Amino acid sequence: MAEIIKKATRDAYGESLVALAAEYPDLVVLDSDLAAATKTVMFRKAYPDRFFDCGISEQNMMGIAAGLAASGKQVFASTFAMFAAGRAFEQVRNSIGYPHLPVKIGATHAGISVGEDGATHQCCEDIALMRTIPGMTIINPADAVETAAAMRAVMKLDGPVYMRFGRLAVPVIFDDTLKFEIGKGIQIKEGNDVTIIATGLMVSEAIAAAELLENEGISARVINMATIKPLDTEIVLKAAKETRAIVTAEEHSIIGGLGGAVAETVCEALPVPVVRVGVNDVFGRSGPALDLLKLFGLSAENIADKAKQAIKMKNS
Amino acid sequence: MDATTKKQLLITATKIRMAVIEGTYNAKSGHPGGSLSIADTLAVLYFLHMRTDPANPGWQDRDRLVLSKGHTAPALYGALALSGFFPVEEIPTLRHIDSHLQGHPDMKGTPGVDMSTGSLGQGISAAVGMALAAKLDGSDRRVFAILGDGELEEGQVWEATMFAAHKKLDNLCLIIDNNHLQIDGTVEEVNSPYPIPEKFVAFGFNVITIDGHDLDQIESALTAAAGYKGKPTAIIQKSVKGKGVSFMENQVGWHGTAPNKEQYEQAMQELKAQLAKYEEA
Repeated sequence: MAEIIKKATRDAYGESLVALAAEYPDLVVLDSDLAAATKTVMFRKAYPDRFFDCGISEQNMMGIAAGLAASGKQVFASTFAMFAAGRAFEQVRNSIGYPHLPVKIGATHAGISVGEDGATHQCCEDIALMRTIPGMTIINPADAVETAAAMRAVMKLDGPVYMRFGRLAVPVIFDDTLKFEIGKGIQIKEGNDVTIIATGLMVSEAIAAAELLENEGISARVINMATIKPLDTEIVLKAAKETRAIVTAEEHSIIGGLGGAVAETVCEALPVPVVRVGVNDVFGRSGPALDLLKLFGLSAENIADKAKQAIKMKNS
Repeated sequence: MDATTKKQLLITATKIRMAVIEGTYNAKSGHPGGSLSIADTLAVLYFLHMRTDPANPGWQDRDRLVLSKGHTAPALYGALALSGFFPVEEIPTLRHIDSHLQGHPDMKGTPGVDMSTGSLGQGISAAVGMALAAKLDGSDRRVFAILGDGELEEGQVWEATMFAAHKKLDNLCLIIDNNHLQIDGTVEEVNSPYPIPEKFVAFGFNVITIDGHDLDQIESALTAAAGYKGKPTAIIQKSVKGKGVSFMENQVGWHGTAPNKEQYEQAMQELKAQLAKYEEA
């Protein structure tokens, strides 16, 4: 097996901003005193005249982003997921979502892999919050390559988008052959007994889970679902029809995220068992990111267990 | 300003007030009090001061107005309709289910509305973003934001204010409608924002205090703001909530209540009398 290269999606986010800046002269970037952490610092260094630090005022930043977008600018507004989706929720809803302004929210440090900072900064509710805003696109890339592709794609989007990135360096899964399309899931592995639909850093865990299952003679399909809204219902329902059992995997609350979206889709059109792997309606805690992921069940082993549970349910 | 201009603006401001009463009466809801207190300011802005083109509401180099106190949309709709952004005949459809005149301003639905507002404290940030965009474009277009005095209780206002001064956005002009009243009582009773001028001075603004019902003072303040370089301006206008309708003036209860038929008729009678007086002058 080739050596695993690891890179945080936030790093790819910062690099992408710089890469896109030359092509899009109207691109401006906002941050709220977290440039070094969100990696917008890369853009600040390269294009200081197009970078605006709003200071520690996320609500104001979202409004400024709305005003810039209403004036024809391509805007990325960046902060941690907790503050982008949580603290500034109503600003995102009313100043960006309601007028459907093409503001791109670059939310980093999503999920419990924030690590040592602990529960106050480990946002596991952002997808649920953003999903409820009409017209909001939500993209949670699995790796650095998909981040770069998604960043390029959202530049053409005429509406608000919530981009969800992580702090932790995660395995690079894709290469240059990746064909990213907003609203389209990608089948990574064929399988007939169960489908694992994963997003973000859980995609590499899903791939590992499929290998564990393969060793036990279970054929698991793996789908990478970077776009959580609008959900690729076609690929979900095809999986429901062909494998009759689904497991979802996300670094987010089991309430209202990818698991919720998949369950809603399946329940209404083609009911089959859907078992959700995610943060089980609890707050996070301090600790090393990799240990936390294991502690909260965000692991290949847990996905494999849940896959067997889903298969058992469909057969009972 | 010359006598002819002043006469026209007095007539326009009265017609905006009539639109407020017409709209809220037909909607059986809405916010007449704070709409009436900004009618004179809107008349000067849209009919004398601002650079707009009703035939081309999306014109990139137009001046922009963000009604941060979005609940006073009836006055904005009056000013926009009288300017020609949409027919005056649509005013009575305010808040109706098939109307594009929403309870609070909707930039996607109503020509001339520059920002969707209504949740207090948010419009000012969007106005700051628009002022920043104008600077980036090297454009001389200006951005106006009208805020309530009660709205100053929102923390976001001060986040936006701090940023605007820090970035020296002298193309931004805030107008604080100091009518003293908010839903639960006087601003002093509820959670006093006073002293207002000192706060804006401390936050790095050029501050001008005026009588919000004196057209000459409004225009000279706007002109002074346009000429002031290096700082954004805050015009603090002392105003009367419900101005122009005797029984609504300075009454907390007329914040968010529509007139009934009898009240509507009395209000329109008073405004028509004012209109006749201005037209005859």
